[in-house]
Amino acid sequence: MESAAIIDPPMITPVSSPQQQVASGSEPTAAAPERPPAFEVERLSIFYGEKKAIENVTLTIPSKMITAIIGPSGCGKSTLLRSLNRMHELVPQTRIEGKVVFAGEDIYAPHIDPVVVRRRIGMVFQKSNPFPTMSIAENVLVGLKLNGVRDRAFLRERLEQSLRMAALWDEVKNDLHKPGISLSGGQQQRLCIARAIAVEPEVLLMDEPASALDPIATAKIEELIHELSSNYTVVIVTHNMQQAGRCSDYTAFLYLGRLIEFASTTKIFTNPSERQTEDYITGRFG
Amino acid sequence: MKNSHLWRKTKSALASAASFVCALLVIAPLALVFLHLLRSGASAVNWSFFTELPKPVGVAGGGMVNAIAGSFELLGLAALVGVPVGVFGGVYLAEYGTVRGNWLLRFVADVLNGVPSIIWGVVVYGLVVLRFKSFSAYAGGLALGFIMIPLIMRTTEEVLLLVPAGYREASLALGISRWKTIVHIVMKTAIKGIVTAILLALARVAGETAPLLFTAFGNRFWNHDLSEPIAALPLQIFSYAISPYDDWHRQAWAGALVLVVMIFFVNILVRFLTRERVARVL
Amino acid sequence: MPIAVAPERPAVRSTIDRMAPPSGLGDKVFKWFTLAMALAVVALVFLVGWQLARGSSLAIHRFGFHFLATSTWDPVAEQFGALPFIYGTAVSSLIALIIAVPLSIATAVYLTELAPLWIRQPIVSLIEMLAAIPSVILGLWGIFVMIPWLRDHPFPFLKKIFGWTPFFSGPIYGVSMLAGGIIIAVMILPIITSVSREILRSVPNLQREAAYALGATRWEVTRIAVLSYAKKGLFGAVILGLGRALGETMAVTMVIGNTPQIRASLFAPGYTLASVIANEFTEATTDVYLQALFEIGLVLFGITILANLLAQLLLKTMGSTIKSGAVQ
Repeated sequence: MESAAIIDPPMITPVSSPQQQVASGSEPTAAAPERPPAFEVERLSIFYGEKKAIENVTLTIPSKMITAIIGPSGCGKSTLLRSLNRMHELVPQTRIEGKVVFAGEDIYAPHIDPVVVRRRIGMVFQKSNPFPTMSIAENVLVGLKLNGVRDRAFLRERLEQSLRMAALWDEVKNDLHKPGISLSGGQQQRLCIARAIAVEPEVLLMDEPASALDPIATAKIEELIHELSSNYTVVIVTHNMQQAGRCSDYTAFLYLGRLIEFASTTKIFTNPSERQTEDYITGRFG
Repeated sequence: MKNSHLWRKTKSALASAASFVCALLVIAPLALVFLHLLRSGASAVNWSFFTELPKPVGVAGGGMVNAIAGSFELLGLAALVGVPVGVFGGVYLAEYGTVRGNWLLRFVADVLNGVPSIIWGVVVYGLVVLRFKSFSAYAGGLALGFIMIPLIMRTTEEVLLLVPAGYREASLALGISRWKTIVHIVMKTAIKGIVTAILLALARVAGETAPLLFTAFGNRFWNHDLSEPIAALPLQIFSYAISPYDDWHRQAWAGALVLVVMIFFVNILVRFLTRERVARVL
Repeated sequence: MPIAVAPERPAVRSTIDRMAPPSGLGDKVFKWFTLAMALAVVALVFLVGWQLARGSSLAIHRFGFHFLATSTWDPVAEQFGALPFIYGTAVSSLIALIIAVPLSIATAVYLTELAPLWIRQPIVSLIEMLAAIPSVILGLWGIFVMIPWLRDHPFPFLKKIFGWTPFFSGPIYGVSMLAGGIIIAVMILPIITSVSREILRSVPNLQREAAYALGATRWEVTRIAVLSYAKKGLFGAVILGLGRALGETMAVTMVIGNTPQIRASLFAPGYTLASVIANEFTEATTDVYLQALFEIGLVLFGITILANLLAQLLLKTMGSTIKSGAVQ
C-alpha cells in the first residue's frame, strides 16, 4: 500500500489481551478462542421517521475485547452504539428491522424489557453527567440503590470496587460525600464510568468518552479502557482515528449508515480490504 | 441633509425620553401605594394587632390575629389541592405527552389562568357551600387551590424542561425505570425551581379576596373547625375598608401593610433563590 | 422474562439478582397518574361551565336572552337585567385600556429597545412588585387616597374643560366609572407591559441589525423593524390585558360606586359584572336572585374566556417562546 508510510506503525499496535493472537493481515475469527461473541448484529436497519440511519448492518462484536466504531460524522456510529442497549428508542418515532442478539436472545424481541437490557449493557456518554444533587458515593451507587439493592455491606464493597476499577478510588476516597460535580472534567468522566460499572454490566458502551477532555485526562481514560477490557466487553465510538488505533482490538468502519468493513484494528489501519476504508484512514475524506 | 439627520436624531431622543416618562408613570402607583401603606399602616401595626381578636362593632382596638392565622390555614388547604395536581400535571407535560396534546393542554391552562378569581368563588359555592349548607375553610381552600393549579403546572413544566437531557439518558442507561428517573433524578434536580413555583403561586393567592367572599366568608372569632367559616387577612381588610368606622380603617391599613410585606418577602426570597440560575439577558 | 445469563460470570448473577425485577407497572401507573393530573385543567374548565350553567338554569329559563338587554336590576320585584353591568364592565375596561395600553407599550419599548442596560432590571423588578400588590389593597388606596384626590383636583378640572360633553357632566361624587377605569388601568399595567416585553424581545435581532445597517436612528429601528413585526403579538398582549380588566373585582368594587345604572357621564357611579357578584352574592335572599347572579357569572365567564382565547391565539401564533398566561 502506497499510503502505508502515512501511518506510524508503532502507534497503531493495539494492546491486546495475552490470550489474543492475531496475525497481521489475516481475518480474525469471530471471537477470541472458545468464547461466544458479545453481540451478533444481524441485518440491522434503524429508521428515524422516514430517514434510514443504519442500513443492513451485520456484525459480530467479540466478547471481552475493545471494539471501536469509526466513521465520518453523521455516518450513524452513535445510532449503532445506542441500538446495542436500546437507548436510541428515546428518540420518538424510531423503527428497527433486524436483530441484535446478546447472550443468546434478540434484545428487540417483544417480551424483552429494555430496563433489564440496560442493566446488563451499560453506557458512558460524551459529556460526563454525574447527577448534580448527589455526592460521589451516591452517584456511584444510584444504579444499585434505585433498583432496590439494600444490603449496606454489599453497597460499600461495590462502591470501593467500582471506584478502584475506574482508577478513581485513591483520588476521592476521603471525599466520598462531596458533590459529584465538584470533580474535574476527567474525574467526572471516570465517576460516570464507575457509576456504570457499579451495576456490573457485561458490556460497556462508550460514546466518544474522551472527546470533551484534555489530553492528559484522555490518556487516563484510554488507559482505563484497556484495563476494563479484561472484565468487560467494550464498544467505543470515536471520531478520533488515532484513538481507535491506540485503544481497540477490533474496528468497524461505518459510512452513511452502512458497515463498510470490520476487522482487527491492525488490519484496518495497515491493510484495509475496502477502498473506502483506505480513503477514510488516509484522510482523503473526513 | 444635515438638518434632516439632526431632526431624526432629536426625534429618537424625544422618543426615548417620552417612553422613560411612561415607565415612571407605570411604576408611580407602586411608590404611591407603598408610601401610603407605610404612612397609614405602620402606626397601627402594634403588638395587639398580631395578638388580639377583632373587637365588637364600635369598640376601638383589637387585632387581626385570627385573620392572619386563617390565611395561613387557607393557604395550607389550597396547597393540598394545588401542589400535587399542579406539579404532577407539569411532570406529564414535560416528560410525557405529545406535541399536539401538550399544546392543547398548555392552551387550556393559560386560558384557565385568565378566569376571574371571583368565578372560582361562585363555582366552589355551588359545588361545596350549597351542598354542605355552610361556608367553610375547606371551600375557601379549594377555591384558592383551583387558582393555583394552572399556575404551578405551567411553571413546573418550564422548570423540568430546563433539566438537561443528559441526566435522563444517564439514568435510563443504568437500567433505572422511567418513573424513577423522573422522580429521583429529574424532579430532584429541579426541586429548587418547583419550590419557587409553589411559593410564587402561594404568594399570588394569599392576596385573593374575591374567591373567599362566599366560600370562607370570614369570621370574627377563631375558627375551630375547618368546616366552619374562617377569617382571612384580605377579607378582613376589605370589610374594614368599606365600614364606616375610622378605627377599622386604621386597622385595614395595618392589615394591608402586613399582607404586602409578607407577599413582597416571598417574592424577594424567590428572586434570591433563583438568582444563580439562568442569567437574565435583557 | 430474563435473558439467559452467560455461564462464565457468576458475579453477574449476584448483582443482577439483588436488584428488584422491573415490572413496568410503576411506569404505567405513574404515566396515567400524571396524565390524570394534567387533564385536571380540562376538567376544571368543564366544571366551571357546568356549575355556572346549573346555578343559573332557572333564571335563564325565566328571562331568556332579554337578560342581556334589560337594564332593570330590582331584587325586590324580582326583575333582573344584566345590561347595566355589561355596560359598566365594558366602559370601565375601555377606559382602562385607553390609559394603560399606551403607557405599557411605551414602557415595554423603553425596556427592550431604548433604555440603558443598567436601568432595565431595576425597572422590571419594580413592575413585578406592582403586579404582586393584591387588588383589595389597591382598592383600599383607591378609597382613601385616590378618590379624594380625584374628587378635589382632576375631576373638577375635567368638568371645567369638558363639562359641555355628556361624558363629563353631572355631579362629582368621587366614586365613579372613571375612577373604576383608572384603578383597573393600574392593575393591568404590569401584565400588558411584561407580555409586550416578551413579544418585543422575541423579534429577531436580524430585523434590528438590518435597519441599523441602513443608518436608522434608535427610534426608527424600533418603529420600522420591531413594532411593525410585533404588531400581532402586541395586539395579543392588549387583549390579554382586556381579559384581566374584565374580571377585575375588588379594587373596582371599592371605587366604582356600585349603582346599577347606565349614564353617559363618567363621573356617575357604575357597576360591573364582577362587582355585583361580589357585593350581592351573600345578600341574595331568593332563589331567583341567586340564580340571576350565577347567570351574571356565566356571562362574565363567557366574555373572559373569549378574550383569553383570542389573546392566546394571537400570542401563540406569533412565537412559541412567548410565556403568557403564567405571568402572575
